[in-house]
Amino acid sequence: MHSPMEQFEIKRLLNFHIGSLDASFTNSALWMVVAVALATVVFVFGMSRRAMVPGRLQATAELGYEFIAGMVRDNVGNAGRKYFPFIFTLFVFILFCNLLGLVPYAFTPTSHIIVTFAMALVVFLGVTVIGFVRHGAHFLSFFVPKGVPLVLLLLLVPIEVISYFVRPFSLSIRLFANMLAGHTMLKVFGGFVVMLGLYAGWAPLAFIIAFTGLELLIAFLQAYVFAILTCLYLNDAIHLSH
Amino acid sequence: MDASAAKLIGAGLATIALAGVGVGIGNIFGSFVSGALRNPEAAPRVFGNVLLGFALTEAVALFALVIAFMILFVF
Repeated sequence: MHSPMEQFEIKRLLNFHIGSLDASFTNSALWMVVAVALATVVFVFGMSRRAMVPGRLQATAELGYEFIAGMVRDNVGNAGRKYFPFIFTLFVFILFCNLLGLVPYAFTPTSHIIVTFAMALVVFLGVTVIGFVRHGAHFLSFFVPKGVPLVLLLLLVPIEVISYFVRPFSLSIRLFANMLAGHTMLKVFGGFVVMLGLYAGWAPLAFIIAFTGLELLIAFLQAYVFAILTCLYLNDAIHLSH
Repeated sequence: MDASAAKLIGAGLATIALAGVGVGIGNIFGSFVSGALRNPEAAPRVFGNVLLGFALTEAVALFALVIAFMILFVF
């Protein structure tokens, strides 16, 4: 029987080498392209008719747009409007990668730490740059909590600094570990179905069906959490609030 | 004790984190239910925050899972 971790294996589909750099087109890259293509189809075709009374596809596109627009408005305020396209792209990309990963035999790009870490690092660096551009050196006051005695600051400032630098790690590990754990669990229970056979195999099968429903929820929830935490970090950088 | 036995024990110990996560998730939904019973009108508005709290708490369990996997497969 195959190992439950085999689904995360990266395979080269087309070999490319730039100097000593391995830039092969892998199954991970393929599914990212599929996710982007599908998202483009949904939003371009969905909005192409611009009907007054939206059809199903248009309603989906509008719902997604309004959901993220409302989230940015509530969490960052008016200053966040500029960054809406970025957050919306991030949300849609993660959502489509997560959902496509649930298709049997599909590959989930977001189950690899390097993919999620790259996204989290872009968010982290971008937010830090925005903070410094908007506030200059005053941005460093973000690490100094207000109204705290000087002695405690010696303890609190390092904690604040560390918790700031841990952000890209917690953001990326959260998404990657959720995807990894969910897909491994599905495959482990799939193995139980085969092992128990015809008479007792239906019990794990029923569990798999229920768990796939939960995985659908988690696929959406993790995209939502990634987007809303990006909003919160952005809000910290723009308004220097605690 | 040989290293492979220590690895298995370490991975098992890493799952102790689930105790805290269980308390956390129970607390989130318990508080939500008791709050929703007191003020059913406000319940839909805070449900988004409940899910956010759930996802953040669940992530702690998955950090423990990652540690367990690292102990088992990386070292």
